[in-house]
Amino acid sequence: MDNLDLARWQFAITTVYHFLFVPVTIGLSALVAWYHSSWVRRRRPDDLRLAKFFGKLFTINFALGLVTGIVQEFQFGMNWSDYSRFVGDIFGAPLAIEALLAFFLESTFLGLWIFGWGRIPEKLHAACMWIVHVGTLLSAYFILSANSFMQNPVGYRLNPVTKRAELTDFGAVLTNKVQLVTFPHVVAAAYLVGGAVVMAVALWHLRRVDVGTDEGMYRRATRLGAVVTLVAGLALAVTGDIQGKIMTDVQPMKMAAAEALYDSSDGNAPFSLLTIGSLDGSEEKFAVTVPGLLSFLATGHFDGSVQGINELKAEYAQKYGTGNPLTADATYTPNIPLSYWSFRLMIGVGMAACLIALAVLWTTRGGRVPRARWWHWVVIATPLLPIFGNSFGWIFTEAGRQPWLVFGVMSTSTGVSPSVSAGEVVTSMVVYTLLYGVLAVIEVKLFLTYLRAGAPPFEDPVVAADQDEDAPLAFAY
Amino acid sequence: MELSTVWFIIIAVLWTGYFVLEGFDFGVGMLLPVLGRGEDDETTEKRRRVMINTIGPVWDGNEVWVLTAGGATFAAFPHWYATMFSAFYLPLLLILVALIVRNLGFDYRGKRDDATWRARWDAAIIVGSAVPALLWGVALTNVVRGLPIDASKEFTGNLFTLLNPVSLLGGLVTVGLFLTHGALFVALKTTGPIREDARGVATRTGVVTAVLAVALLAILGAADGNIGSWVSTVVAAGALVASLAANLRGREGWAFVGTFVTIAMAVTTYFLLLFPNVMPSTLDAAWSLTTANASSTPYTLKIMTWVAVVFTPIVLLYQSWTYWIFRKRIGTQHIPGATRHDHAEPSPATR
Repeated sequence: MDNLDLARWQFAITTVYHFLFVPVTIGLSALVAWYHSSWVRRRRPDDLRLAKFFGKLFTINFALGLVTGIVQEFQFGMNWSDYSRFVGDIFGAPLAIEALLAFFLESTFLGLWIFGWGRIPEKLHAACMWIVHVGTLLSAYFILSANSFMQNPVGYRLNPVTKRAELTDFGAVLTNKVQLVTFPHVVAAAYLVGGAVVMAVALWHLRRVDVGTDEGMYRRATRLGAVVTLVAGLALAVTGDIQGKIMTDVQPMKMAAAEALYDSSDGNAPFSLLTIGSLDGSEEKFAVTVPGLLSFLATGHFDGSVQGINELKAEYAQKYGTGNPLTADATYTPNIPLSYWSFRLMIGVGMAACLIALAVLWTTRGGRVPRARWWHWVVIATPLLPIFGNSFGWIFTEAGRQPWLVFGVMSTSTGVSPSVSAGEVVTSMVVYTLLYGVLAVIEVKLFLTYLRAGAPPFEDPVVAADQDEDAPLAFAY
Repeated sequence: MELSTVWFIIIAVLWTGYFVLEGFDFGVGMLLPVLGRGEDDETTEKRRRVMINTIGPVWDGNEVWVLTAGGATFAAFPHWYATMFSAFYLPLLLILVALIVRNLGFDYRGKRDDATWRARWDAAIIVGSAVPALLWGVALTNVVRGLPIDASKEFTGNLFTLLNPVSLLGGLVTVGLFLTHGALFVALKTTGPIREDARGVATRTGVVTAVLAVALLAILGAADGNIGSWVSTVVAAGALVASLAANLRGREGWAFVGTFVTIAMAVTTYFLLLFPNVMPSTLDAAWSLTTANASSTPYTLKIMTWVAVVFTPIVLLYQSWTYWIFRKRIGTQHIPGATRHDHAEPSPATR
């Protein structure tokens, strides 16, 4: 493995890992905020208990999302310095704005929320978690606009003297058509995760034999989680559909790779549900396909024509392969099996989560509880499916862009840091992988401990004004 | 003024914000084994919790200053970001690992009622605070002194290029400043015996730091000083002396303002020594990265200027408000007991 492979693996590992926690943060912050303000509005003790319970799980998760995010901010300069030089004029701005607008909001107001019990007026306190949630959305918006530039570069020009990309229209970068559909898609995926976490955690408690008087509370939480999951799933399908059409327009190779479609189809292109055999187009032993579905996904018409990998490859070689070292590449093709499978798994696990949500709503109707043994495994799978669905989605979108860093402008092989040695990249990769592995074990154990403990008993919150000078803090580390 | 100069100043301000704020929480972390020690395990634990809770609601926000500094450098000076971050590869890796374990230490140490668990996270907090405190000083001193940078703006040295005596001295100075700043923060935010102890520690670390800092700034100034850098050096030294004097007279607020000004002026000195370079080359002055040749286009800088002008005051406003909300001093009596269900490991009974 050379520096390029190492740097790519490192980016993949650290980014996929980071994004295990991000959707939980976005989704769960909204639900915690909802429970907290619901308590303030309606004074139902269960809402406060659930706000504290899920708030605790939220902070355990947030901590790891935050620290792994710091690595991301530095990684571009450390491993991808030539990329940073080339696109910094455009790419740096959303990153800096993300830190200034979103990270400060999230960290400051989460501190206020965690330590604010009995110290700030309760409406303001509940608002703090909403502000955290807004921070996570802003963060998503700016980082996705940076990513969307890589998928579909807009609002820039190439300066022939400095040999760098230069920003010409920041508004165009922020309203990139890829961005406008990716943002709702990613946010919907995060709500799907948030809903699934609440549903699974509450259902686990609901199924306990000793759930006792908490049954009503956990039932409502289970069903709320299921509804959120379903609504988010619907939004995911709609935005994903639009995204597929835009992708076909701006990155046709990615769509062809998703389908392992080697030869162009003049219409009625089938969507493969399952292909057994090699994905290199040479042999196909067994395939289940839906006629016309790919055409529909890509173009909106069942008889729309879809370009195949071979045709696109020839087209790209002619268009980009002449003279410019930044765009020269031997393949112009992403890893087809990776694109094919990550695309299917993304859709499959997302749909599975929605089916579970439907089943949960059905089996918990009118005071019922799903008692069958195998429900235990369903409960465990429920939050994991959409979390991994997020991973597959990102693996698809990033791997499917290859061999480009910035589509049509800069190939991945030209972006790495020339001054960093292979030994250094190996060192950091080993360190991150070991550290992240250990932290995953710690995090999951802690999460499960607090999950099993359940919602804390109800306590009327202390009002700031009534507090004795020497009274213990309502919350302390 | 050129926009690239404006952005040089903004980045100096962001690093200043980072060091004056996270500086004291690094200090608090490093002082955990010193100030967080009592006659028995219970007192030790309570004192540590008092210390951690003085920074509990704010350390995370403090840390964002460095992310913003990094992001702003990327946006305004892509070459500076690219050269610096790839040159400091291994030190940055250490800093990142340190920040990761330290942050998790704050968040996780109280989440299980287990002495071994807490001891491990305490170690993470202590080492995780000391490593960045040292290495940021080493790194920035290297930036000011210059590095072997070739014609294509690439760093040509290795780890040992970075570990030179003056830069290591720079690291010791940041450690010393942050220890003093942190001790004064503890003195300002606590009541009881820990407050007295913190003042004593601040005096001892402050005197040593003053000597080291003056030596460092004199060495750097002698090599490349200008009127501005000498003025800020003198102000930094004066503020540190004033801070120590205020501390001896029990004026903790003024003492803390003193180290605050010292750190801000030390960062100012560094940036005044640096300007108009952003990363001087020791191989050939023509290869140095400057505010002119490392910057983004005027269009990007203009947008970023508007963003910074509008949002930085808002951030300052709500961050200051957080400090106001949590302004009360904390003593061991404020630490909730063992019956807390908020973070002791939940027992089956609470189900």
